[in-house]
Amino acid sequence: MSTAVISTSAAQGRFFIFDDESDAGSHAFHDPEPASSYIRRPQSAIENQQSKILSTVTPASRLSVRPAPEMVSSGIAAIDTLTGGLPRGCLSEIFGPASSGGMTLLLAALAAATRRGEFCAIVDAGDALDPQSVVAAGVNLHQLLWVRCGGHSPQKNKITDHEIIKSESFLAEHNLEQLLRAADLLLESKGFGLIALDLCDLPPQTARRIPLATWFRFRRAVEHTPTVLLAIERQAIAGSCSSLRIKLGGNREKEQLANCETKPTHARLLTGLEISAEVVRSRMERKPVRTAEITFTSKTAWAG
Amino acid sequence: MFASIFVPNFSVAAVLRAEPELLDRALGIFEGKPPLEKIVAVNEGAKRMGIEIAMTKAQAELCSEVVLRARSPRQESTAHAALLDCAQSFSPWVEDAAGDTAILDLAGMESLFGAPREMAEAISNRAADLGLETNVAVASNPDAAMLAARGFSDVTIIPSGKETEQLGSLPIAVLFAKGHEEEKDEAQKRTGEILATFERWGVRDFHALAALPPVALSERLGQEGLRLQRLARGAASRTLVPREEPPIFEETIEVEFPIVLLEPLAFLLNRLLDLICARLTTRAFYTQELRLTLDLESFSLSNRQSEIGCRPNQFQRTLRLPLPMLDPKLFLELLQLDLNAHPPGAPIKKIHLIAEPARPRSAQGGLFLPPSPEPEKLELTLARIAGLVGESHVGSMELLDTHRTDGFRMRRFIPNAARLSQKQQHSDAEENECAVAALRIFRPALRAKVTLENGGPAYVACTKKKEVHGAVVWKAGPWRSSGDWWEREAWSRDEWDIALQNKTDVALYRLVHDLLSGGWFIEGTYD
Repeated sequence: MSTAVISTSAAQGRFFIFDDESDAGSHAFHDPEPASSYIRRPQSAIENQQSKILSTVTPASRLSVRPAPEMVSSGIAAIDTLTGGLPRGCLSEIFGPASSGGMTLLLAALAAATRRGEFCAIVDAGDALDPQSVVAAGVNLHQLLWVRCGGHSPQKNKITDHEIIKSESFLAEHNLEQLLRAADLLLESKGFGLIALDLCDLPPQTARRIPLATWFRFRRAVEHTPTVLLAIERQAIAGSCSSLRIKLGGNREKEQLANCETKPTHARLLTGLEISAEVVRSRMERKPVRTAEITFTSKTAWAG
Repeated sequence: MFASIFVPNFSVAAVLRAEPELLDRALGIFEGKPPLEKIVAVNEGAKRMGIEIAMTKAQAELCSEVVLRARSPRQESTAHAALLDCAQSFSPWVEDAAGDTAILDLAGMESLFGAPREMAEAISNRAADLGLETNVAVASNPDAAMLAARGFSDVTIIPSGKETEQLGSLPIAVLFAKGHEEEKDEAQKRTGEILATFERWGVRDFHALAALPPVALSERLGQEGLRLQRLARGAASRTLVPREEPPIFEETIEVEFPIVLLEPLAFLLNRLLDLICARLTTRAFYTQELRLTLDLESFSLSNRQSEIGCRPNQFQRTLRLPLPMLDPKLFLELLQLDLNAHPPGAPIKKIHLIAEPARPRSAQGGLFLPPSPEPEKLELTLARIAGLVGESHVGSMELLDTHRTDGFRMRRFIPNAARLSQKQQHSDAEENECAVAALRIFRPALRAKVTLENGGPAYVACTKKKEVHGAVVWKAGPWRSSGDWWEREAWSRDEWDIALQNKTDVALYRLVHDLLSGGWFIEGTYD
């Protein structure tokens, strides 16, 4: 059986497979009958014909060989080994608790993208980016657009200081709204190699309020473009919209840390973080994702 | 070969250029100090209603259907500039003959624009695109072309050697038309005398003047008489005096009633931008800076003056673009976003827009270059994001030469290919290095309560962030640093790297002891 992958419509953007040897399939694409014969045919016959055609269509999700997105380096060899890199035109999620290495991975991805000569944007919900770390990671500052949410926007000025202090969740929601709108604008403008959304500083309950429709919109906006859309969060929130999901964790047991060094405190040095990464979802692979885990170490800028 | 472009009824044309909706209305232009304003120009519609030049404004106002506008020197100067732009889009040799007349040298232009008639029609069409209805004439000498443009409507072509024949039917008054410029009293008197003399002789058109014997004419009117005869014969010969002033692209609209809302302002800005961009296009220029000046009715807040040197009843905004651009829709959106963020604060009486011309950018994309945002789209996106998060919260970062924490400033994000290629070469070596542990900053730093043990932190509690709470299981430090002690904002601190035991996990933080205030702060987390 020979097969061909045909993109059915730009609006749908899904791939279907047609069997060339099937009668109904060939009938649909090499129409031997004139259009007038269809008009004379009764409705039921047309419906039968339609159902036959539809039965030969295989959704892209069931294809044995699926068009794979282009993968680019994440900037960390261990992650590239684990996932093959970050997919272009897809949403990738990286999540993990505090000190799990999310920012390290993000900066490494940004550095790799700027090394490729691409322009990058980071939408920072918590205004948490450290310029010294960005430079140490090797990111070209000229190529990085930084959107710091939570600025003194006109909308914010309308609210009294008392109300702001009273409700921190309001601020988080305000920042989230700014993040989503800025992300929409950046995705619409196109031309960026990597757009990163940093949601780590939002309270989990606020981040979870992002509707799935928004993630779906982001996924659709980035589809068929060379942009890598990367979201870093404390918990996975994009559901089925993310093509790649990596869970990060730190390997630091209390006892380990307490006993690792017997030197006085002024003689100790934080030399790096040991980060474990696990792929929990990957739409690039045909089979269900098996747990794949890897551990790597990042160095602090002063560790030499 | 020379062409002349003439704008009939220039004062009216200048107003109609700024307010094209008055095209079908009866329009009168008045001038003078109240209450002695007099009508100085009218269009055909107003003439049909009996409005005449030299009527008082009060008399003209009796006819309610006539629209009256004050004569605006600025609108006329912009219309004049547009006329010169039109001429210079066809030839580099342009003479600024009068306010309403431009003469251009067409020698050698045939290969570019075709036959003289095609050229004249193209000039007329381009002038119409710039909002001016013109007469265009082409002749072998500049004066013949100018007289033909002033005397004949639409497009006139005078073949070489047929000047006397073609110009013969023109009335003698065309010789004395001084365009739009005001004549001095003495010159006016002399002109009046010569006209009266011609009237007495029965010389009413060019043909009659051309037929007079030159010697007899010289005896009676001197060299001036001979000059006029040469003009009437189309035989005057002179060199063109080209204009060498740098072009100024500015447009003005004065409104009858002050504008309060931004929506009608956007409508007028759109018109101004269309006019300016059309003029820039004719001269093959782009713009990198737009300066908007709004004359306000009243002005309450002196700090609204965004530019030093602007008058107190003026509001100025300057739109600086990273690259030369020419897109009126983009400019309008950028100006709207800017005015939304910085509203003028008072009703607007007059809008003045200046565009600084710049050479079009000459960058060529490559097949193998990485994708980059389209400059026009990016500028609009950045302006929208700046409206959302604030101007100081979007851009690229630049490190300052200091050891102070957060020693950086934001600057405009400009994708620059040259800088990019330089940096690319530099950073290729860094590719295979190990990942660098990053710090996630808390802005502002979180105040913490710290329990000390043997001089070092043993327990940390932060009220603002609940997860930053627990026993210190590992610590390194202190690392002491200070700076700016010669400034008012001196800083001195001890830094600790600590690991805190949370409910589930261990997290690494940077703890700072401010030695000047004595407070403890969590500055960030290693992530």
